[in-house]
Amino acid sequence: MRILSALVVGVLFGLGLTISGMINPAKIIAFLDVAGNWDPSLLVVMVSALAVSFVGYRVILAREKPLYEPSFHLPTKTAIDQPLLVGSAIFGAGWGLSGLCPGPAISATMLFAPPVYAFLAAMVAGMLLHDFSGRRT
Amino acid sequence: MAPLKGEGRADFSWRLAFVAGLVVAPLLFALFSGAPVAVSTPHPVWMMALGGIFVGYGTRLGSGCTSGHGVCGVARLSRRSLAATVMFMASAIATVFVVHQLFGF
Repeated sequence: MRILSALVVGVLFGLGLTISGMINPAKIIAFLDVAGNWDPSLLVVMVSALAVSFVGYRVILAREKPLYEPSFHLPTKTAIDQPLLVGSAIFGAGWGLSGLCPGPAISATMLFAPPVYAFLAAMVAGMLLHDFSGRRT
Repeated sequence: MAPLKGEGRADFSWRLAFVAGLVVAPLLFALFSGAPVAVSTPHPVWMMALGGIFVGYGTRLGSGCTSGHGVCGVARLSRRSLAATVMFMASAIATVFVVHQLFGF
């Protein structure tokens, strides 16, 4: 059940990314291009995703525990520290350069768009670069 | 996207199932809607690759991305995630501005 529910949630997340256009780098770049040909439509995606997850978290976290797990696993860090800000700034630059973030990039694996493979290979390299550079978070 | 490094084998299998669902979703959509899923990449491949390195390194260092901080964290009203989201949105908008307006791509 645990694996089935993860599969269903993955499909649901992927459908959201596909239908909203998050999976399309051209759409993301147009969303970020506020001084050029700005396409603000992804704002609707962001706001509705937040509305659903805001209510969803309140409903789900009111439970004692998840359905298929002994306890909830939530982030425990609260400090707004340098790695958080520097990492986010670097991520943002990469998002702007490519028009892809990790979820949509992985979701697009089977769509046979060669530039996406270049991105994915480089993303894994970037993760390894971080993990082996000794600066652990 | 949750990081793939799991605590054990049980963690690995559900994560794998999640990723499998994520990967088949656009195919299911194309199959049932009859419409192809648009994936067009306006920036050159070298920029995609450079972007990939930044995204991989940055999401690890900053412990999250658009889904992790932007949706899940902000929805839980995490101040940390809100700060991260403001930072990556500003950085992404600034990057596209530089790439388009200053370098003319």
